[in-house]
Parts: sequence; structure tokens; C-alpha cells
Amino acid sequence: MTASTGPWADAYRRLARNRLALGGGGVVAAVTVLCFLLPPLLGLDPATTNPSLAHLPPGSGHLLGTDGLGRDYISRVLVGGQTSLLIGFAATIASVAVGVLYGAVSGYYGGRIDEVMMRFVDFHYGVPYMFLVILIMLLFSETARGNPLPVFLALGLVEWLTMARVVRGQVLTLREREFVLAARLLGAGDLHVIFRHILPNVAGIVTVYGTLTVPAVIILESFLSFLGLGVKLSWGQLVAEAVGVVNPIRSYWWLLLWPSVLLAITLLSLNFFGDGLRDAVDPKARR
Amino acid sequence: MTSRGRNLAGAAAVAVATAGLAAALGPASGVTLAVGLALVASTAWLRPRGARVLGALLGAGVVFGVGRAAAGPVVGAVLGVTLGVLAYRSLPTMVMRRITFLVPSLVVLIFATTLLMYRAPGSPFAQERAATPQVEAALRAHYGVPKSATAFFGIYMKRLIIDGTLGPSIKVHGRSVEQLLAPALPVSLTLGLLALVIATVIGLGLGLRAGLKPNSASDYASMGLVLIGVSLPSFVIGAALMIVFALKLGLLPVAGWGGYRHLVMPAVTLALPYAAYIARLARGGTVEVMQQDFVRTARAKGASERDVVLKHALRGAILPVVSFLGPAAAGILTGSFVVETLFDVPGVGQWFVKGAINRDYSVVLGTAILYASLVTGFNLAVDLAYAWLDPRVRGQS
Repeated sequence: MTASTGPWADAYRRLARNRLALGGGGVVAAVTVLCFLLPPLLGLDPATTNPSLAHLPPGSGHLLGTDGLGRDYISRVLVGGQTSLLIGFAATIASVAVGVLYGAVSGYYGGRIDEVMMRFVDFHYGVPYMFLVILIMLLFSETARGNPLPVFLALGLVEWLTMARVVRGQVLTLREREFVLAARLLGAGDLHVIFRHILPNVAGIVTVYGTLTVPAVIILESFLSFLGLGVKLSWGQLVAEAVGVVNPIRSYWWLLLWPSVLLAITLLSLNFFGDGLRDAVDPKARR
Repeated sequence: MTSRGRNLAGAAAVAVATAGLAAALGPASGVTLAVGLALVASTAWLRPRGARVLGALLGAGVVFGVGRAAAGPVVGAVLGVTLGVLAYRSLPTMVMRRITFLVPSLVVLIFATTLLMYRAPGSPFAQERAATPQVEAALRAHYGVPKSATAFFGIYMKRLIIDGTLGPSIKVHGRSVEQLLAPALPVSLTLGLLALVIATVIGLGLGLRAGLKPNSASDYASMGLVLIGVSLPSFVIGAALMIVFALKLGLLPVAGWGGYRHLVMPAVTLALPYAAYIARLARGGTVEVMQQDFVRTARAKGASERDVVLKHALRGAILPVVSFLGPAAAGILTGSFVVETLFDVPGVGQWFVKGAINRDYSVVLGTAILYASLVTGFNLAVDLAYAWLDPRVRGQS
């Protein structure tokens, strides 16, 4: 036994021992830094077309080759990564904010408020999410070319449901605990109890589910791009373009390979990191 | 907690939600939507007997509608009344409660979808050559698509309930939505069911294998495979399969729809992410059940390892998977938007995507109703199966 430590220190120690999770976190950080730093540093330009250089295979001059319009593929892949990562993190933050607040209120007040609020979540669950996302994207189809904000909104609004359920479940048990009772007996108001006593105790599980939401959102965005409803250059869009030119005669393998590999590595690492984080915060989840 | 705080919070939430809806959708539509949602929510207050009666009536109504559309009013009426009475007498109250909630929420869904579609820029009658206002007015009258969303909702619901039809497609001339969706539905269902079966078999197999020997090499191998399945968007997997099996090896057709050979790649593509998820759940369930006392008892009394696995571990692995099958079915159905587009499969998903992009309102609503009914119906079936598998859930109402 070591000296008594707080739950956060314990979780941190468990995480530090999990090499896979640490590696995953490191890879995500590295990919993020590369995507955001390299294009401005090297002056990469994803938009300049040059028909005479169309479909160059990877090699001299263009490290990852060029696409059908002769655009430099490495800059397209990196800039596309910016969009995918940005959407992943921003939509996750939106979904966490909505889900945590909703779940906390529902679980804390309980009773009929809880029942009605959870019914609304059930109703939302009954609607296939792609449906909702596609309909919301249509709303913004003209005003938002090149503006990723509606995508954040659409994806965030769909992804908050699970978070709300998880938080509510936790709050339901937390509100019966002695320290909550003590705080209320000392005259603390509802808001004070929720923000100072309940939410800090769900922070761990929220972080975990938030981390696992990022890859889900990135995949969802790539689906949208694939269906032609994306708004900006992203990994999903690059893959979709590459799939569009798959043909039996000439293979432009690099068009499909690079964005797919980056997408897969990022998502895999995020999942490793999220799983490790879950094991660290909630060791009972995996024995 | 305090009842005053609770009432205040409730009132505040309702006020904020209504104001938000009114601000986003305009006062009339926003308030209507809020009232609709409130009505749906109010089914939470029904007493058990009320829930049984209302549930039976609503269920009978839906069965009547579907039966009438498929086989005429007489068959519909007979089916509706029989099933309604049967449901009233034998289904658990929990299920009836779900029905009283699901049917009104379908109406709210139709209304909300209508509002969203009308808010989107463009209209089904916008063409390159601008039609004269008279022509557009005539077209709008002909297809029953007035300029206001609430008026359209009224016409649509009347058509749906009184005439029992999903209405004419606005973009595909001379065809009704039923005629468009009828050939597409079997395609999507075949694909979806096959994918669900593949996902369940692969997922259970991998998960059970991994869970019986946690932290072994085979555990890590299976779970590594699973993480890759979770981490690749399905159309990347699909494109890779296409290149290898269709273009390089020439074993399977590239895309399209016909014989069973056309089914293989779309079904596998659709299934893999869910197989991965199921494997995770099954692994967790197995690990947990293998630590239970009754497994130790079974081993102590000399049961063979085979019996332990088949009689105990399998049940532990299946339970979490069963409750995931509802969301999985929903996900597979909507995931098929992507797979159907990739492999050019003439299913329902293609119609939804086409309808949404062309602003073909009746096609979008028709597919929405179809999907929502399928998903909720499947969830209901899963609940029943769960109650049957896990006796602890059975008694709850």
C-alpha cells in the first residue's frame, strides 16, 4: 500500500502505467501539431491547381503525390486534418456541455422532471441520428459553404444523448450521498450543490465519455462528407473523392491511402487513449 | 430536491424550451411543437389502466392503417381489432406504456421534420428555368404542398390518417411514395438483417473467446482487431474490400444489386463496426459472469468446461449484447445510407438521401416514418426479448 492519495492521483498513476493509452495520447497530440503547424510553416497550399501535374504518384516534388486537379496532396491531407480534428473536438465540447447540464438537472431533481426529460431523450434516440444530422445540414446548405460551424452544431446536438444518460445515472446515486445531505443541511442552494458538490464528482466519467465521443464525431463527419453534405475540406471529403475515382483501369492508390491511414491512426489512438482513461478513472469497468 | 426548487426548475426548463423553439421556428410553429412535445411527455402521468386502454387503441389504429394500405380496409379492421384486444389482454403494462408514448411521438417527429424541411433553403419547385407564379401555384395545389409548413402538415396528416397513403412523390412524376419505397424496403431489410446476423455471430465469437481468457494473447489479438473495426469509417473498409475482391481478384461484382453475390460486400461492410462493438460488450459480460459464484459452484460440482461455457458464460455474454441490438439495428439501418450509396444498392437509404437533396418532402417524410417505425418496433421487440432472457426485469411495470 502506498500512502493515501486522492482519486485523481490514483487515476493518473493507473494511466501512466498504461503504455498503449499514453502512446495513443501522444500520437493524437503529434498528429494535431503536425496538421496545424506544418501547413503555415512550410507555406503549403491546398488549393492551387495545376492540370499538367494531375495524378502524380508520391515522390519527388510532391511527397504524397497530387490529386486529379494537380493539387499538392500532402497539404490537402494536413489541412483536411485541421477540419476533422477541429470538428471532432468542438462538437464534443458542445455535446458535453449540453449533456452534462441536462443530465445533472434531470438526475438531481428526479421525479417527474426526470421522467419527462428522459422521455425526451428516448424520443430523440428513436430518431435515427443520421436523419437529424442530414436535415440540419440541409438548413445550412446555402449559407454555410466553407463554414464548419453548422457541422459542430448538428453533430454536437446529436451526440449529447449518451452523455446526458450517463451523467444522470451518476447524479441519481450521488444526490443520496452524505456530503450532499450535509451541504443542503448547511443551507446550500440547488445550484451551489450541483456545481460545487455533484459536478466535480462526475468530472472523471465525463472526461472519459468525452474522449470517446471525439472519434465518433470525426467518423460521423466523414459520413456526411461522403454523402456530399460536408462543408469543408476534411479527411472524410478526401476519402470520398478518392472512392469516387476508384476504377478498374488505373489505380490512384495514394489518394485513398493517405487520408484513410491518418484517419485510422487518429481514431485508433483516440480510442486507445479513451479506453485507457476509462480504465484509469473507473477500474471496475475492466477487470 | 426541495419541491419548490423542483417546480421552479421545471417551469424554467419549459419556459426556456418553448422560447427557444419559438425563436428558432417562429411563434406559431414553435408553440405548436412545444405543445406536441408536452402532450407526448404527459403520457408519463397515465395510470396503468389508462396506459393499457390508450396503448391498445393506438396500437390497433396503427395496425389498421398499415393493414388497410397493404390488403384493404376489411383485413385492416379485422387485424387491428384482434391485435388490439390481444395486446390489451396479454402484453405487459410496460410495453403498453411504450406504445402510448411512441405513436404520438411519431406525429411530433413528422411535424418537426416538416418544419426542418421548410426551413431549409430551396423548394421542390425550384428549377433552373423559373416557373411562372401561376404554374408554381398549380403545382403546389396538385401535390398538396402549400407555402406554409403547418398547412402542409395538416394536408399530410389528413392524407396519412384518412386516406392511408404517403402521398405522391413530388420529383418522381406519377409515382406515389409507397410505390417508390415498396421495392426498396426488402432490399434494405435483407441487407440490414444479414449485416446484423454477421455482426452478432462475429462479435459474440470474438468477445466470448476474449472474455474466457482475459489478458491473454488471444484476448489482446481479438480486442486489437475490434479497435481497428471501430476506428475505420465503413466506407473506407468498403472501398478497400471493393478494390481487393472486385477489382483485383474479380471474385465479386463491384456494385449494384442482383444475386446473392452482390450482397456479400455491402453486408460485411455494414456489419464490421457493429461486430466490433458487440465483441466488446460480449467480452465484458463474459468476464463478469465467469467471476460469479454460480460458475464456481458449477465447476465445483464437476461440470465440464464446455457446459460451463455453453450454459453460463454464453448467457452472460448475450445479455449486454441483446440490449445493444436495438441501437445496433438503428445504426445499421442509418449506416446503410452510406453503404447503399457506396455500393449503389437501390435501398430506402438512397431514397432518403435523394429526397433530402431534391427537397422531395413527401419522400423524406415517408422514409422518416418508415425508419422511425422500424427502429422503435425493433427496440420494443428487444425489450420483450430482454424480459424473457433476464427474469429480474420481468416484474417491472
